[in-house]
Amino acid sequence: MFNAWVQIFKRDLLIAFRRRSEIIHPIIFFVMVISLFPLAIGDDKVLLQKIAPAIIWVTALLATMLSLDNLFRTDFEDGSLEQMTMLKTPLSLLVTAKIAAHWFITGLPLILITPLLAVLLYMPSESISMLLLTLLLGTPTLSIIGAVGIALTVGLRQGGVILSLLILPLYIPVLIFATLALQNVEQGFSAEAQLAMMLAILVLAITLSPFAIAAALKVSLN
Amino acid sequence: MNIFASITRLYHQFASPPYFYRISGLWLPYIMGLCALLFAYGLYSGLILAPIDYEQGEAYRIIFVHVPAAWMSMFVYMVMAATGAIALVWRLKLAEIVMISCAPIGASFTFLALATGSIWGKPMWNTWWVWDARLTSELLLLFLYLGVMALYNAIEDRRTAARAVAILALVGVVNIPIIHYSVEWWNTLHQGPTVTKFDKPSIHLSMLIPLLVMAVAFKLFFIGSLFMRVRTELLKREQNSKWVSALLESK
Repeated sequence: MFNAWVQIFKRDLLIAFRRRSEIIHPIIFFVMVISLFPLAIGDDKVLLQKIAPAIIWVTALLATMLSLDNLFRTDFEDGSLEQMTMLKTPLSLLVTAKIAAHWFITGLPLILITPLLAVLLYMPSESISMLLLTLLLGTPTLSIIGAVGIALTVGLRQGGVILSLLILPLYIPVLIFATLALQNVEQGFSAEAQLAMMLAILVLAITLSPFAIAAALKVSLN
Repeated sequence: MNIFASITRLYHQFASPPYFYRISGLWLPYIMGLCALLFAYGLYSGLILAPIDYEQGEAYRIIFVHVPAAWMSMFVYMVMAATGAIALVWRLKLAEIVMISCAPIGASFTFLALATGSIWGKPMWNTWWVWDARLTSELLLLFLYLGVMALYNAIEDRRTAARAVAILALVGVVNIPIIHYSVEWWNTLHQGPTVTKFDKPSIHLSMLIPLLVMAVAFKLFFIGSLFMRVRTELLKREQNSKWVSALLESK
């Protein structure tokens, strides 16, 4: 059972490393959009420092959403997804392998590049470590919730716009707790409560969403 | 055992399109008639008989529309999710139609709650909009409804679309409390609940009664408009079936 999980996880990583654009494009998007803000606002150090967490988090949200298209699209089109539904291993388990691989390909590089962007936006160093922690707890949740949306829209031609309508409202709790945690740290308070909530949301997403994703994929394959 | 069997039979009978069409047609005039009566009484006693609020003056009277609309916006989502679960498990065509007919009605109630809240906010808070917890979660509820409608319209096959929407509605139901409480933590300016306090409602009886009458009227209006939508959708989907052509011939 877990053999199939590992196989799919490895396969997805391998495909991504063979086609590196899949890894690089969301990062380029992330860097470009963030660098648009100083250009639009002007080199106002105080203002940029104040809104930097918000900019980075909203952009991370959008970058994750855009990268989701790769998650099931090719497997859906070449029929491997249909094959997966016929395996003995439940589809709800297999999709977690795909999501984990997807997070390694898109979520992790995003976190790695963030310190650089945070410095560009004049964030103080203690906030940067908290920012990385919130991203580490938040981006897996974004990938999992996004997988529900993409599983519902993978068979559609104009899926992109609808995807954003479906999942952006569901992303809001993650966004709120992450930015609240950063505000707390900035004002010298503890952010433990927010981090605990983010972890709770992540655990809830991991336990419940695979069933919704599997059901949605079966509907889309119909 | 006998009772159980007859309940199951009643349930299946009610879920059959021709039976539902006939029964809902019989009920509809009574539902809408009662709804109109309650609306008339509720609006009259709310807008004219109820006393002026000592703090908010005449402007508070918008609660007789605002509060029932806000209640209904949540209630309709729950109905949508419950019928969605039924549609997923038992594949009942009627449940699918009821679920999808809920979406535009719920979205309208949500929009009404937002619009009246905004109109109320102008004299009370001196601004059309504040990023307050309840307003924001109501706005997000509207987004959820719009997502449901967009997904349903994007998928061509009606039955596939209904099943996709059912999954989305259930995911939304799990998320609504999380969204609600996260937004609540984030910011709160809206006045606390005044009716559902456990000890004693902090609203005077002369205002509470019209409010409750209006709430019942809204609920009846929802049931009535839901019936109308479901009946139209049933006719559209079953246009090639025997009972529809029999219905047409008898007219």
